[in-house]
Amino acid sequence: MAEIVLAGLTKRYPDGTLAVERFDLTIADGEFIILVGPSGCGKSTTLNMIAGLEDITDGELRIDGTRVNERAPRDRDIAMVFQSYALYPHMTVRENIGFPLRLAKTAKAEAGRRIDEAARLLDLGELLDRKPANLSGGQRQRVAMGRAIVRDPKAFLMDEPLSNLDARLRVQMRTMISRLQKRLGTTTVYVTHDQTEAMTLGDRIVLMRRGVLQQIGPPQELYEHPRNLFVAGFIGSPSMNFLPCEVTGGHLRTIIGDVPLTSATRRVLADRDAPEELILGLRPEAFDDARLVRPDGPAHTFTGHVDILESLGSEKLAHIALDEAGAIRSEHLAEAFSDGSGEARAQLVAHLDPKSPAREGEDVVLTFDPSALHLFDPDSGLNLTNAV
Amino acid sequence: MGGNARARWALLDLLVLVYALVPVAWIASLSFKEPSTVSAGTFWPTKWTWSNYAGIFRNDDFVRGLVNSIGIGLISTAIAIALGTMAAYAVARLRFPGRNAVLGLSLLISMFPQISLVTPLFEIERRLGLFNTWPGLIVPYVTFALPLTIYTLSTFFREIPWDLEKAATMDGASPFQAFRLVIVPLALPGVVTTAILAFILCWNDFLFSISLTSSNAARTAPATISYFTGSSQFEDPTGSIAAAAVVITIPIVVFVLAFQRRIVSGLTSGAVKG
Repeated sequence: MAEIVLAGLTKRYPDGTLAVERFDLTIADGEFIILVGPSGCGKSTTLNMIAGLEDITDGELRIDGTRVNERAPRDRDIAMVFQSYALYPHMTVRENIGFPLRLAKTAKAEAGRRIDEAARLLDLGELLDRKPANLSGGQRQRVAMGRAIVRDPKAFLMDEPLSNLDARLRVQMRTMISRLQKRLGTTTVYVTHDQTEAMTLGDRIVLMRRGVLQQIGPPQELYEHPRNLFVAGFIGSPSMNFLPCEVTGGHLRTIIGDVPLTSATRRVLADRDAPEELILGLRPEAFDDARLVRPDGPAHTFTGHVDILESLGSEKLAHIALDEAGAIRSEHLAEAFSDGSGEARAQLVAHLDPKSPAREGEDVVLTFDPSALHLFDPDSGLNLTNAV
Repeated sequence: MGGNARARWALLDLLVLVYALVPVAWIASLSFKEPSTVSAGTFWPTKWTWSNYAGIFRNDDFVRGLVNSIGIGLISTAIAIALGTMAAYAVARLRFPGRNAVLGLSLLISMFPQISLVTPLFEIERRLGLFNTWPGLIVPYVTFALPLTIYTLSTFFREIPWDLEKAATMDGASPFQAFRLVIVPLALPGVVTTAILAFILCWNDFLFSISLTSSNAARTAPATISYFTGSSQFEDPTGSIAAAAVVITIPIVVFVLAFQRRIVSGLTSGAVKG
C-alpha cells in the first residue's frame, strides 16, 4: 500500500508527439483512482509511466515519498492487470498466479498458501491445474487478477481489464473488482474509456483529453459540476444536451424558448464578462414531463415533438427532434461523444419517469428548473456557471 | 470440391511425389544390389543383400565420418541456436539503430556464394591451425546457420504477444528472466524447427567438409563417401555409396517425422483473448 505522487509527469515521444503534458496528481494510500478519456488521450501512457513500462520524459513519480523515475518495473513493487490478460499460455493457472512469487523466491509452502488464498478470493479453486487455453474470458480475467494480488503489492494498475468481456460479465466483474479493492485496501489506478465504469468504480475520476488533465474529482462532482464542455459531454449517459443560446437581458434566447436566468447566474455571467453567444447544457435528467410534476420553484416549460421513445423499464428516454438551428458544432465536444461525430445532433434527449404518458410521434410538454442549466463559453469551452 | 477436382489434385500430388521419390527409391534399391549386378539394368535388385551396409560399417573411415558429422552438426547447431535466439529476440523486440541492417546483413551472408570463400578459408585455417579440425568446420557452419536461425526465429518471436513480456516484467522478472521463462518456452516450437533446419544445413554440407579437411579427423560423412573405393581397384563402389547415402538420409527423415507435430502445433493459444 502506498501513496503515489505524479508531479508534472510528461511524456514526449522521439518524433515530438506530446502524449502526456505536465500531469499532476496525488493518489492517496488505498485510493481507487480512475483514469478515463477517449482513445489517444494519454491515459494508458500515464499508467505505463507509473508501471515503468515507459520512460518518463519530464517530471517526477514518487511512490511513498521516494522518487522512482529511474527504477525498473520490478523494483517498484506494483502489479498490473492487462486488457489482454497476458496469461502465460505454457503455465497452469497455479503457475500463472505463482509466477511473481517464484521470481521473488518465496518459500514453497508460503507461496502455496498465498496462491490458495488468492484462488479462494477469486473463486478459482477448481481451475488451478488448467491451462489458460481451457478457460473462459471471465476466468482468464480472474486469473490475471489473482496474479496481481498474490504478492500483496504497493499498488494495482489496471489497463482496461474489462473491455474484452461481454456486457453482462463486465457488470459482474465490475462489482467484484470494487469489492476486492475495498477488501484489500490497495491503492489502485484503473484505466478505462468507458464512463459508466469510471462513474461506478472509483473514489475519484481523472478525466483526460489529448494528454492534458481536464478535471479530477469524485464521480458526482464531475457529473454535477463539469469544468468544461468536454467533461460535460463525456460524463453522463445519455450525454448532456447542448443548445446554442444568446444572453438578452435577464433571459437566454434558445430554440426551446426564452429561459429566465437566476440572479446568481446573471451575476456570474457579468463577473466573468461572458460573451453573448453561449452554449447551454442540460442533462437529460433535468427534464420532467409537465403532466407529472408540480414545480415547486421557478420552472421553464416548452413543448417538443417526441421523435423516438425508448422505454427501458425503469425509465423512459424521449428523443425530441429540433430545428437544424439547434445543432452545435464544437471541437470540444468532438472527442467527448463516442461516435466522434463532433456535432450534437439537432435533438434533445429527455430522461423521463416511466409513468410518463409521453408517446412516440406525439407532442409532449417538458419542464426543467433553470438553475439546473450549465452555460459554456463556446471558444474556451469553460463552464461559466460552475461557481454558482 | 467435386470428385473430379479432387481426383485431379490427387493425380498432381502423385506426380510430384513420384518425381521427388524415384531417385531416392533408386538409391535405396542400388544399396541392396550385389556389386556384380549393379549394371544389370533392373530397378529391383535381382538378389537382395545387406553386404553393402555391412561393408560400410566395417569401414572405419565411414564410421568416423558419421561420428564427425553428428558431433560437428550438433555443436554447430547448439551454438547457432544459442546465439541466434538472442540475436533474433533483439531484432524482433528491441529498438536499436541498425536493427534492419542486422537482418539485411545476415540475409546477405546466407546469399554469399560459399565456393568463393573456400580458398581464403583454406589459407586462414591452415595458418590458425584450424585446418582439418572440428572447430575448423564448426566455424563456417555456424556462420551459415546463423542467418537462417536469426531470420526464422525473429518471425517466431514477433508472433508472441508483447503483453506477455510486459506482464513478466511487472511480475518482477529481469529482462533475461522474461526471455528465459516466458519467451523461450513459447518460442520452443520455433526453436526446435529452426534447430532441425540448422542441423540439416550442417549435415548436408559437402563443400566445406571436402575442402577444409585432409583426413578422417574431421571429415564428415558426405565427404567421406566421395573417398570410397571398391574392394579392388577394378570394382566400382556404387553399392557402398548408395548404402552410405541411405544411411545419412535416415536421421533427417526421422527428425522431420518425429518433430512434425511439434513444428505445426502452436503453443501460444490462450495467451490473450483469442
